[in-house]
Amino acid sequence: MAAVTTYDHLLRDKHGKDYRDLAVYRAAGGYRAVLKAKELGPEAVVGEMKKASVRGRGGAGFPAGIKWGFVPKDTDKPKYLVVNGDEGEPGTFKDNYFLSHDPHRLLEGCIICSHALGIETCYIYIRGEFFQQIATVERAIADCYKAGILGANSMGTGKRMDIHVHSGAGAYICGEETALLESLEGKPGQPRLKPPFPAVVGAFGCPTVINNVETLSTVPLIIEHGADWFLGLGVERDGGSRIVGVSGHVKRPGLFEVGVGANMKDIIYELAGGILEDRALKAVIPGGSSCPIMTPDEIDVPMTVDAVRDAGSMLGTCGIIVIAEGTCLVRCLQRISHFYAHESCGQCTPCREGTGWLARIVDDIEAGRGRQEDLDMLLNIADQIGGNTICALGDAAALPVLSFVKKFRADFQAHVDHKGCPHDQPLPGWTRP
Amino acid sequence: MALAFSPEANDQIDAILKRYPTRLAALIPVLFVAQRTFGYLSSEAMELVAARLDLPPAQVISTATFYTMFNKKPVGRYHVQVCKNISCYLRGADEVTSCLSEKLGVRPGGTTPDGAFTLEEVECLAACGRAPVVQVNEQYHEWQTRESAAALVAELREKAGAKGGGV
Ligand SMILES: Cc1cc2nc3c(=O)[nH]c(=O)nc-3n(C[C@H](O)[C@H](O)[C@H](O)COP(=O)(O)O)c2cc1C
Ligand code: SF4
Ligand code: FES
Repeated sequence: MAAVTTYDHLLRDKHGKDYRDLAVYRAAGGYRAVLKAKELGPEAVVGEMKKASVRGRGGAGFPAGIKWGFVPKDTDKPKYLVVNGDEGEPGTFKDNYFLSHDPHRLLEGCIICSHALGIETCYIYIRGEFFQQIATVERAIADCYKAGILGANSMGTGKRMDIHVHSGAGAYICGEETALLESLEGKPGQPRLKPPFPAVVGAFGCPTVINNVETLSTVPLIIEHGADWFLGLGVERDGGSRIVGVSGHVKRPGLFEVGVGANMKDIIYELAGGILEDRALKAVIPGGSSCPIMTPDEIDVPMTVDAVRDAGSMLGTCGIIVIAEGTCLVRCLQRISHFYAHESCGQCTPCREGTGWLARIVDDIEAGRGRQEDLDMLLNIADQIGGNTICALGDAAALPVLSFVKKFRADFQAHVDHKGCPHDQPLPGWTRP
Repeated sequence: MALAFSPEANDQIDAILKRYPTRLAALIPVLFVAQRTFGYLSSEAMELVAARLDLPPAQVISTATFYTMFNKKPVGRYHVQVCKNISCYLRGADEVTSCLSEKLGVRPGGTTPDGAFTLEEVECLAACGRAPVVQVNEQYHEWQTRESAAALVAELREKAGAKGGGV
């Protein structure tokens, strides 16, 4: 089996250092990229970001450099940087790492972005359950004010720079960028119609860049080592290294930093140690719960936005969920469908009604009350939600249903035939690795 | 009895207001201050927030009711929340929930009669690599099993008893 190369550029937990400490962070070269970016000048910084081909790490995979380029240069309005640290997509736990262990990386990325785009105020939106992580980031920010990294003359650039943490309050939908803006403004987190896009009308009606925590945390690396170096860690049009998370039925669940394009199957079997109890693999969800499920013969793919899409799924957040043989996929879909039904903000009828309907039918099938026609009913309802809603939560709810029922129809059929769940054996046992 | 913010809470609120260009944007952080101060968001607490921020009460209610972390009724001093989503489910979250439920003597959604514990099933807590995950107030407890969940309840019981509650 091909060896997967892992890196420690982003994922620095094995260094045995406490990078939350500003002195430790600086001793390792921290905040020097801000000065280098100042020398390069704003245009060159955006140019490097474009050349590095960083695809957004929040799920949609939009190139960050291009997004930065959309922000108008000549405007009388203030501009904002908003960081998406809502991390709510089930199976995703990578931003947690930066917020818990390397907050200055994120802050440095925010400062470089802000200086380059003429932004003075940045809000870091962090999911409300992350009390400890919020405290960690707030401490790092306070240290930066004391050290003159933030404040009236941010790192001697003559520019003002403020960063504030804004806590979420338990709504997954606030991870969607426009819902996040509504939430930042104090309102219920209901997504806005696009266009206008946030780059033009974002926070408080002003031009706004929104990027994921990991996306911004890669910025200091790109400026420090250059776009060519960063691009070279990944593949053309999808540069760099990124953090994949593996959870579920593997022997060593956790986070791994790999070059974009590392093979998914190798990540599961080598880095994550293979399947618990050496059982056969049943299925893989490659990038958070909204990504279409894959069969074992589909996972021999490079983890790039384009390759996983061509394989019929989505790279999403690179949160790989591994499911061993002997697991009931109807039950798995139940968890996922209830989640999206619970998190629908209720603005669009197809999403509000459809997600609840899907969840109830999956419940019926699992409980042995499913009728033969329910299988096609699931597909029909899912089809009608997808593409007919304000935000992508509708698709996020529909895609798992479509892929589970199409690829694992036998599991659903068996429930209908047996009038109940035929999978009552225990899940694989596990011990803490 | 009319509710009021302490001087410290008022200072906190002033600092929060400075961070945003609008008063409305301060609402969510200020609701957290109110929840920490009063334990949960009663209608009086929401009215107080509305008055403090000079916002229409309806706006405060509309935001407060949208978000699950704002408790509209009292919760136990220990709010025990088990993740039930996919990665935790695959590693036996249901076992952990049933153990917690047995030991605490309440079903998910319930509060013990002494007001010490509320048990709840919640969605993904973004720690899926260390599943199953339980959150108690502001603290995560990862890699849970039936045994560790039982030990966790015992430990919390002792703390609740020793301090007469509180965290
Ligand atoms: C329902 C929904 C939930 C989302 N949740 C998150 C999230 O928790 N974190 C995140 O960074 N992006 C999330 N996104 C994607 C954001 O809308 C947005 O694309 C992202 O923050 C942009 O940052 P990036 O380009 O750096 O990835 C979500 C999108 C949708 C439709
Ligand atoms: S698709 Fe669903 S979550 Fe998104 S705006 Fe519509 S109702 Fe809200
Ligand atoms: S599924 Fe439980 S923490 Fe993510």
